[in-house]
Amino acid sequence: MSAVSDPALVRLLDRVKEASSNSVALNICGGGSKAFYGEAASGESLDIRELRGISSYEPTELVVTVRAGTPLIELESALLEQGQCLAFEPPHFGVDSAGTVGGMVAAGLAGPARVSVGSVRDFVLGATLLNGRGEILTFGGQVMKNVAGYDVSRLLVGSLGILGVICEVSLKVLPIAPATRTLCFQLTEREALRQLNEWFAKPLPINASVWYDGCLFVRLMGASAAVTAAVTKLGDQSIDATSASKLWRDLRDHRHEFFSSVTANLFHGETLWQLSVPTTAKSLRLPGRQLIEWGGAQRWWRTGAASVEVRDAAARAGGHATLFYARDKSAGVFSPLTPPLDRIHRELKKAFDPQRIFNRGRLYPYL
Amino acid sequence: MNSDKQIERATRQSEVRAALAAILPPESLLSRSEDTTPYECDGLTAYRESPMIVALPETEAQVAAVLKTCHALNVPVVARGAGTGLSGGALPHRMGVTLSLAKFTKILEIDPLSHTATVQCGMRNLAISEAAAVHRLYYAPDPSSQIACTIGGNVAENSGGVHCLKYGLTFHNVLRVRGFTAAGEAVEFGSRALDTAGLDLLSIVIGSEGMLAVITEVTVNLTPLPEVARCIMASFNTVEDAGSAVANVIAAGIIPAGLELMDKRMTAAVEDFVHAGYDLTAAAILLCESDGTRDEVEEEIVRMTEVLRASGASRIEISRDETQRLKFWSGRKNAFPASGRISPDYMCMDSTIPRKRLAEMLRAIEAMEINYGLRCVNVFHAGDGNLHPLILFDANDAEQLARCEKFGADILETSVRFGGTITGEHGVGVEKLNSMCVQFSREEREQMEAVKRAFDPQTILNPGKVIPTLHRCAEYGKMHVRKGVLPFADLPRF
Repeated sequence: MSAVSDPALVRLLDRVKEASSNSVALNICGGGSKAFYGEAASGESLDIRELRGISSYEPTELVVTVRAGTPLIELESALLEQGQCLAFEPPHFGVDSAGTVGGMVAAGLAGPARVSVGSVRDFVLGATLLNGRGEILTFGGQVMKNVAGYDVSRLLVGSLGILGVICEVSLKVLPIAPATRTLCFQLTEREALRQLNEWFAKPLPINASVWYDGCLFVRLMGASAAVTAAVTKLGDQSIDATSASKLWRDLRDHRHEFFSSVTANLFHGETLWQLSVPTTAKSLRLPGRQLIEWGGAQRWWRTGAASVEVRDAAARAGGHATLFYARDKSAGVFSPLTPPLDRIHRELKKAFDPQRIFNRGRLYPYL
Repeated sequence: MNSDKQIERATRQSEVRAALAAILPPESLLSRSEDTTPYECDGLTAYRESPMIVALPETEAQVAAVLKTCHALNVPVVARGAGTGLSGGALPHRMGVTLSLAKFTKILEIDPLSHTATVQCGMRNLAISEAAAVHRLYYAPDPSSQIACTIGGNVAENSGGVHCLKYGLTFHNVLRVRGFTAAGEAVEFGSRALDTAGLDLLSIVIGSEGMLAVITEVTVNLTPLPEVARCIMASFNTVEDAGSAVANVIAAGIIPAGLELMDKRMTAAVEDFVHAGYDLTAAAILLCESDGTRDEVEEEIVRMTEVLRASGASRIEISRDETQRLKFWSGRKNAFPASGRISPDYMCMDSTIPRKRLAEMLRAIEAMEINYGLRCVNVFHAGDGNLHPLILFDANDAEQLARCEKFGADILETSVRFGGTITGEHGVGVEKLNSMCVQFSREEREQMEAVKRAFDPQTILNPGKVIPTLHRCAEYGKMHVRKGVLPFADLPRF
């Protein structure tokens, strides 16, 4: 991306320089589909959607370079035409699927396949960043292997924009697997967790899992022969392809009843917690309803339990808890950091954005 | 060196030694030059420096104490694993402490259910897979030096291997590291869960070449052992056809477990060395591997074979069994020792380019051979575009050495021009400091330095590895091997 030839980038750069000299807070915005996520946004809106379009895409390289304001659906349909995909299944929140590629990277959220293929971080190869000093910096690259310097591009994943404006990213893409089947098993939570742990330790093409209301669904994905063999091994209790595809899409986008009933009732005090724990963590004891994804590593809780109780449960299991959907987020969205990590976070914020102009307080109130 | 500097160093040495003697037993502290000499270089032997002191702690408490002491005295600390690195990342600091983590070799836990292993940093890469084998699990990243290199070193370098196209780099297979900040404070990056709160600091610690923290413990993800693996060896009459075949395999939607290319001269050199039965008439050969369930591999091998034939393969051989598969690979893994037999010296480059430019790159290298009057043999991690051209020369001839260095610089510059990078897997260390200036702008390098200071405000950890001006004579992107002799010369490489 050339700083001089790109008018959209020049305009952004001017805004940032002006904000920096006047210490004005900026709220980096794309489609707004994840505006609910994280701590409350503040500052003047800095819309990046003018930075739009796929800069380069060579299917045989398995790499796409795309500007941050490009709608995610636009990127995904370009990949689909070539039989490729973002294997980590980024969610499309909101009714109009307005999410952008920049928002996908900044939020760092992945869908059901995360447990088997990795997350956004695992697919980012490079990024161009506009930092708080008004510098346009490129880290990483467009190749699979690159160890030149610190991997700043991956640090941007999940940073919620606090380090700067993500302008462009290069992503590894993968061919869409030729075969998929979804199996259903009636199992209690404890049985389902044990079963998932056993299966994931075997060379089976399990791509995603969800347990909810006494049912475990497992998605197999891969070469036809591998999927067929796994169906035989695990027992053929397939659900039809249409229902399966709807199930996984609804889970990914939080349109599944478990999630939509929360988002529809936020004003009635419904809250949703995302607990990220080791796959082998035992059943968590909290009041409310639970949905388990990622082979046991992601446990969603609709619970009215106090924040401290939820965080304790997550910490005891070896993980952390995020207040995902709630009307009242005064207890803090993300789990507090240990002292050395807290210090490094503060110093990194200063290193990228010394005037603290970008997404002030969005990740932690003090950043 | 003038005597003032010698006196200054000796004074400093006794001061630091005295402070460390309070926390480490005498046998864990080396300062006489005959004891510290083995630590004066890593796998990049062209660069040597004598460490002021070598500390060999045995416990995390000792590591913390060493770091606290050094931090208080403002002494540089260079962490070191097995010393197999190829870019001088573990090159000692003349006024610093080399912190050898060689005694941290314990397996702390192998948990088959979560398919993870938690090990101390000095555990050898291959030893993890050996320990996990009983559970039908293994640690996927396989740098060719895996019998000697440590997991701590792999984390520092973000090491690759021949299987990383399908299974990822160290970065993709490490869940969590535990260690200490420059100030000696215990810290954990990542977790046994799939993500952590806040910024993804693990992602920047991996590959940071020991400059952000000292790692003592690593939790890795283990991969279920595939039922079976088979390898296709395909011959091509032109390197262009071989290059196109690589792109065609990927275009067909196949992600091979390994996809490697050797050119004719390389094949001849290794055949002489390992007698693997390579096709010596081919301009290039490709090794293309499939792994998975038996049926899956059968299916994939058929598809791969079709694509390779359609891409002009003149001969195709498929491994019948594990012995033959390993034989196919033996030459590839021994490309470096084999090169040492056909030339007094060689220089190894390590750049990555977009796959589609492989054939173009090979043609460019052929033109450079004429231009610089030197021969070059080529081995590539073709699947991910990572090149290891080996320029053959005789270092006794100063004029040849100069031409060789220009040749190397030309390859790296061409790689960057083709949209690639100066180092795919060997790291920057001290070796590629100059090239960092070429690949990154001043602002980008300053941003990296600011990241370093966020972790290590006094820049105690591995200093000098980010300051190009100190090493202005360093050429970039090459490994200079005298008389074919590497440390650990018997190790397979790359």
